[in-house]
Amino acid sequence: MTLPDIPQTVDAWLRVEPDGTVTVFTGKVEVGQNIRTALTQVVAEELRLPVSRVNLVMADTARVPFDMGTFGSQSTPRMVPQLRRAAATAREALLDMAANRWEASRDDLRVDDGAITHPETGESFGYAELAGGRPLRVPIPEEAALTPADEWRLIGTSVPKVEARALVTGAHRYASDVARPGMLHGKVLRPAGFGARLASVDASAAEAIPDVTVVRDGDFVGVAAPDTSTAAWALAAVRAQWEVPEQPSSRDLWDYFKTHPADPGGAPPPGGLVEPVVVGAPDEALAGAEHTAAATYTIAYIAHAPLEPRAAVAEWTDGKLTVWTGTQRPFGVKQQLVELFDLPEADVRVIVPDTGSGYGGKHQGDAAVEAARLARATGRPVKVSWTREEEMTWAYFRPAALMELRGGASADGTLVAWEQQTWNAGASALRTPYRVANERAVFHATRSPLRQGAYRALASTANIFARESHMDELAHLVGLDPLAFRLRNLADDRLRAVLEAAAERFGWGELQPAPGRGIGCACGVEKGGYVATCAEVLAEPTASGGVANLRVVRVVEAFECGAVVNPDHLRATIEGAIVQGLGGALWEAIDFADGRVLNPRFSQYRVPRFADVPPIEVVLLDRRDLPSAGAGETPITGIAPAIANALFHATGLRRRSMPLLGASARPR
Amino acid sequence: MQPLPLQLTVNGQPRQVHATPDRSLLSVLRDDLDLTGTKYGCGEGQCGACTVLLDGQPVFSCITPVVGAAGRSVQTIEGVAHGETLHPLQQAFVDQTAMQCGYCTPGMVLNALALLRRNPDPSEDEIVQHMQPNVCRCGCYPRIVAAIRRAAAAANAR
Repeated sequence: MTLPDIPQTVDAWLRVEPDGTVTVFTGKVEVGQNIRTALTQVVAEELRLPVSRVNLVMADTARVPFDMGTFGSQSTPRMVPQLRRAAATAREALLDMAANRWEASRDDLRVDDGAITHPETGESFGYAELAGGRPLRVPIPEEAALTPADEWRLIGTSVPKVEARALVTGAHRYASDVARPGMLHGKVLRPAGFGARLASVDASAAEAIPDVTVVRDGDFVGVAAPDTSTAAWALAAVRAQWEVPEQPSSRDLWDYFKTHPADPGGAPPPGGLVEPVVVGAPDEALAGAEHTAAATYTIAYIAHAPLEPRAAVAEWTDGKLTVWTGTQRPFGVKQQLVELFDLPEADVRVIVPDTGSGYGGKHQGDAAVEAARLARATGRPVKVSWTREEEMTWAYFRPAALMELRGGASADGTLVAWEQQTWNAGASALRTPYRVANERAVFHATRSPLRQGAYRALASTANIFARESHMDELAHLVGLDPLAFRLRNLADDRLRAVLEAAAERFGWGELQPAPGRGIGCACGVEKGGYVATCAEVLAEPTASGGVANLRVVRVVEAFECGAVVNPDHLRATIEGAIVQGLGGALWEAIDFADGRVLNPRFSQYRVPRFADVPPIEVVLLDRRDLPSAGAGETPITGIAPAIANALFHATGLRRRSMPLLGASARPR
Repeated sequence: MQPLPLQLTVNGQPRQVHATPDRSLLSVLRDDLDLTGTKYGCGEGQCGACTVLLDGQPVFSCITPVVGAAGRSVQTIEGVAHGETLHPLQQAFVDQTAMQCGYCTPGMVLNALALLRRNPDPSEDEIVQHMQPNVCRCGCYPRIVAAIRRAAAAANAR
């Protein structure tokens, strides 16, 4: 597929409505990250409008310009400038129109509150009057007249979440809430294990149920019925035999990764392949270093567990397909449907209502495909809503990883050599941000027993956990305070700034030592965001070398991602990332064996809850002199190593696997 | 299974539905009465997204058979605001930005509403204890606690 060009005329991105409001078109998806508000406020800024007069149409493939998808923390760095340029160009075009009408110099005119005023006559034109219902077919110059930072009145302020009212009243319709006239409810037969083949199926009992349609197409077996309980009943009546291939289980995973390199022609890992990096002579430098450490770290597969499981409604009208679904890639899902049903692109429309979260987990269109198949076979609109068990089995997982690290330091605590090798997860944040003359960084793509894909921050969670844990181990060997050791070896001023800010707010070094109490820190840079996290824990070692009564009692995180667009929403994102990160740090792990997930329910898979959350302080460093980077991912990376390091400080126990409390941690 | 005629009071209005006894209150609210503010999250009473008030008490509607609600009063998120005016608790959620994706919000609001009716001035610990069944995957817990305290303070100031 060749990517469509991104249109660069104003009318592709926004329209002045007859009532003076402005409608904005973007392919980005709102999944809770508050991009709807951020984009609204930057357009309102450039058009000198109140926020209430800007409305966004998001993620409707029939109405918005092509977009790759909502991932990679790219909405702020890419869509914010795109829409600012479009809106600024619109403002200038409207100014030209007013100047022409009055035959005045545009420099004399004033733009305010959706109108352009002639200061001498007091005459004024509203935008709607000037635009006259015509599209603004004005080219957007690369150097559009953007409002400089010192004149911002909306960007950089905590504009309230624009859709909050629809959320607190239950009025917003997520994809799982969409209903169409005559709609049926569909369910899909799931295999007995991953990679299973359907050996035989007997659907006669299901077909005998009134109003039930059974659809078979190869290994796809689905049912559709007028209500969900009849559909569930019909699915239960389908008798199927599956052949489940032999496959590894959770306990075999680390050996498996070492012995199963990826197929050269296979799908690239999330974040792509990278070549090994070797700087200087890492082996020689390690051999000659005063202090050396070597250790292996792991992180488990975990589930995104968005509270809204995958769902879709599909409707065929005159051979054309419309699908409502929750996905981070509306155009990607559209393409999936175009190819599967061999349709012209113009005959498929994907509409993504603001979605019940994703965290990187909603890139694929599985539910959309299932609903579309059932709808085509029945000739009626069909809704498919995955159960929690389906969501936590048949979606995809955050990759597990095995990481081997070696570090070397001189007697005075100067880092002299660093080596990190990561199997499976990916290469994000694989390189160390510390100053070191000799480095080796290798990513080994491997086969994955589980279907895996993007998860908030990709592999940087794994790689930063290993690196920041290993830095702590080396600091201990050198005999330096872990914060001092980091600062001694940091070259990057932005990273140093967040680490110092977090440590200062935390009161690093001011706490009285006490048995069973520890502090830890971690820092990192990824996707243009700089993060530093400090944590304080209480914990006791058990006689058998385990950890008892671990409690995270305080977290401070400093973050810098350039110019802050909306401070309140940025804080909310960072707090949320820390809370979500607690789950992966302490408890979350997918247990699997023989092609089945053994804990696909919230009663078996512990996610963070109210009582788990310590007081969290967020320190924002606002750099208005720098472009805004995204913030949805990087803030999740610091919490696990900060806790692991604090746990070591409290107990002397070094935990090198996430979740730190092991797979035995079950919901309370 | 034959559908049974059942009478419920939903958000103060008498409603008649025809439902087989195996159906959950959640599915009847969503699919028969089009009250989609009540959400499915887990189907086993572990996440609280489906919380509604049954005679004023919070229940997981996903594991409450609809027959168990017959003749009783159900309050859903659609029945919390007074016309166009948000309930002070809803307003507090807005003011504290106590949501990200918002999918858990209806269940959070209803469970918190039950708490505030029983205990108009809950401590932070009491809020955390009471709200423990509700999951927010976006991690808005501190803001939700703050919103509940704010709503309590606003009510107590009147």
